[in-house]
Amino acid sequence: MVALSDYLTVGAILFCISMAGVFINRKNLIILLMCIELMLLAVNINFIAFSHFLGDSAGQVFVFFILTVAAAEAAIGLAILVVLFRNKRSINVDDLDTLKG
Amino acid sequence: MSFEQILFYVFSSFLVLSAGAVVTLRNPVHSALALVLAFFNSAALWMMLEAEFLAITLVLVYVGAVMVLFLFVVMMLDINIARMREGFAQLLPIGIVVAVLMFGVMYQVYNGDRFAPGDMPVPTPHAADYENTRELGLQLYTTYVFPFELAAVVLLLAIVAAIALTLRRREGTKYQAPEKQVVTRREDRVRLVKVPSEARK
Repeated sequence: MVALSDYLTVGAILFCISMAGVFINRKNLIILLMCIELMLLAVNINFIAFSHFLGDSAGQVFVFFILTVAAAEAAIGLAILVVLFRNKRSINVDDLDTLKG
Repeated sequence: MSFEQILFYVFSSFLVLSAGAVVTLRNPVHSALALVLAFFNSAALWMMLEAEFLAITLVLVYVGAVMVLFLFVVMMLDINIARMREGFAQLLPIGIVVAVLMFGVMYQVYNGDRFAPGDMPVPTPHAADYENTRELGLQLYTTYVFPFELAAVVLLLAIVAAIALTLRRREGTKYQAPEKQVVTRREDRVRLVKVPSEARK
């Protein structure tokens, strides 16, 4: 018997690892994008676990939409990354200081 | 420990280990491959939660398309890894502290009685003739048909944005201009020349 809290704990651990990844790899833009994908995966695990344990398929529909939006986000994010690399020859976050922020 | 529990612990420990590899490995290519492993393991977890359609979608869309895109971009760019790793050792403790604190807060919520087997019993498995794809399709094309159309528009937007961002005209390459080809008239191109005939010498 695998309880709902077990699945939720896996989702929480995954989310915390990817959160730590954002902190650790804050210079590497491409790893940051991968960490965002991992966070969305953790959220999706929670949605599917609740959908299973409550017997409601609306949660799975929501995961479907999250997957769609995440795919679109990855495509546009990587396109921006490629344009950035073409202009600056680097994807280091420290080099993105054109706006003096 | 039942077989189901053993499967759950195997898949979830592989998932957590590969997620840790994603954030700590030096080489971005290795990180992307670890992310592929994480997606496979969570697809197996979703399979255990009877979400078969989404598990297959995760493998097809994520591993097959998004991660291949990631790998292409990582391999295309010439990344200076040594500069990227600056400050890794200083940032590592901060990251670990933030992760542990956040997990502590989440664990307080999850470990209460609300999600324990007593209040949230494990549902009986579906019969063999239950189709997850059919169930999801019924929902998508009736209740959620408008969000479904919106999702299609979002994907179209992503295509247009990605192409428009990365399109560039290089100097010195020759392109066709279809709009000019279409509006061309005969008078612009054809010139009849009267050449008088001459006797052969």
